[in-house]
Amino acid sequence: MIRLAILLLALALPARAEEVVAALSQDRVSISTSFDGQEILIFGAIKRDAPAPDGAALGVIIAVSGPGAPVTVRRKDRRFGIWVNVESVDVNRAPSFYAVASNGPLSDRLTETEDQRHRISIPRAIRAVGAATMSAQSSDFLEALIRVREAAGIYKVAEDAVHLRDDTLFSAEIALPSDLTEGDYQTRIFLTRDGAVVDSFSTSIFVRKVGLERLIYNLAHDQPLIYGLLSLAIAIAAGWGASAIFRLARN
Amino acid sequence: MQIYLPIAEVSVNAFVLLGLGGFVGVLSGMFGVGGGFLMTPLLFMIGIPPAVAVATEANQIVASSFSGVLAHLRRKTVDLRMGFVLLIGGLVGAGIGVQVFAILRELGQVDLLVRLCYVLFLGVIGALMFIESLNAIRKARAKGPAQKIERRQRGWIHALPLKVKFRTSGLYISVIPPLLVGFFVGILAAIMGVGGGFIMVPAMIYLLGMPTKVVVGTSLFQIIFVTGFATLLHATTNYTVDMVLAVLLLVGGVVGAQIGTRIGTRLKAEQLRILLAAMVLLVCGKLAADLLLEPAELFSVGDAGGHS
Repeated sequence: MIRLAILLLALALPARAEEVVAALSQDRVSISTSFDGQEILIFGAIKRDAPAPDGAALGVIIAVSGPGAPVTVRRKDRRFGIWVNVESVDVNRAPSFYAVASNGPLSDRLTETEDQRHRISIPRAIRAVGAATMSAQSSDFLEALIRVREAAGIYKVAEDAVHLRDDTLFSAEIALPSDLTEGDYQTRIFLTRDGAVVDSFSTSIFVRKVGLERLIYNLAHDQPLIYGLLSLAIAIAAGWGASAIFRLARN
Repeated sequence: MQIYLPIAEVSVNAFVLLGLGGFVGVLSGMFGVGGGFLMTPLLFMIGIPPAVAVATEANQIVASSFSGVLAHLRRKTVDLRMGFVLLIGGLVGAGIGVQVFAILRELGQVDLLVRLCYVLFLGVIGALMFIESLNAIRKARAKGPAQKIERRQRGWIHALPLKVKFRTSGLYISVIPPLLVGFFVGILAAIMGVGGGFIMVPAMIYLLGMPTKVVVGTSLFQIIFVTGFATLLHATTNYTVDMVLAVLLLVGGVVGAQIGTRIGTRLKAEQLRILLAAMVLLVCGKLAADLLLEPAELFSVGDAGGHS
């Protein structure tokens, strides 16, 4: 019995002996005034100690997740003839950005159980946090959250964005949108065989405001009164300036 | 040209913002309204978060109102004394309005109340002004252009004590009515998150009997202070004033306000009023449609705790 188990383990080992090695075209994104989104190239290879096992479908899944924040999802309904918010569900933490890329349909590349364990697909990634408190009714709200954010382009699923060559080299481009929030964007790369995660790799993309953006943001938060007065001063000066220019232009 | 806004954290086209600012600025200079009731929904539409839109909007109104007031001061169409009286009432009202807003927020549904407030006030004010100015135009046509607009002399207003001469407006009335008008507009402005020009202007014309010519400049004058106060409040408590957004909007806004003031002085008072009425009714119709028609997406996503 034990021998059989060891034999099975030995047979299974080559499949486990695959490792993913990956890198990003850049791990720092600077948000300057002219920032208009950023494409990040994620590339890598699959390192093997033994020949690749035959038959089992190879999957490469990349998930990029932005910093999380609590959100409230509200539902409207008709009351007394007008549409008003009647119900709301608070989601403890939802990522500000989430993109999943894979080299084929996610359902083929990842089993339910593995998804649950590693929280890869969008619903899993969000549900991961408040799973215990979620009732059947609030799952409507979660679906709505994903639908709204997918429509806004901040949650993305690209099931053919990962290009895999000779089952060894892979690359994918992830487009970070122009309205990006500051923070660390966790990037995870999963290698799967028949839907089971064989190996994974994790790194972060650091998104930071720089230059004028940094200066204004810091001033607004560190010296709010001075910032407010400065804003007013600019407004008054601009108002006066326009008036003066128009008067000159008329004379 | 895309520009990333540091506080709003979105990237928007700079020319769209300049254009929006200019458009609202023209209206501001023409009618003496701050334009917040127009600009705020427009900013939502291009994806600026509501909290940032409301706060930054206040800052932008300071600029366009100041630009407009300077143009009006040169024409001597600002009743400074009346402006100060309205302002005193307005600041007291705004202080109370902020408290009322906080209480309503505790009770929930503050959004709905604000919307209903908008529809109700815009609808009533717009309809009344529209009918009145239509009649005025008709009368002017019937009796020829040299007709003088008769000023309503209300008995009870003249019976009140503390009479003051408002020379620019040509009025000799008690300070109590303007104080009360300022006060109520202040409360509404704080609750509805606007300068209150679109309520103040009709109130000055119809309740106080001020000449339309003076009303616009005087309204702008007091709006500067109300929105300036609001800007500081938003900047220090919510950190939601976006300086870059404000600058883009106000560059368009101040230029627009100058142009608007010039257009305004060329138009007849009735025409000015009927245009303002039509605009107020248009915004009212849009807001009413939002409440009455089934939205395409029943769910909305907002910041936790905030109202969307």
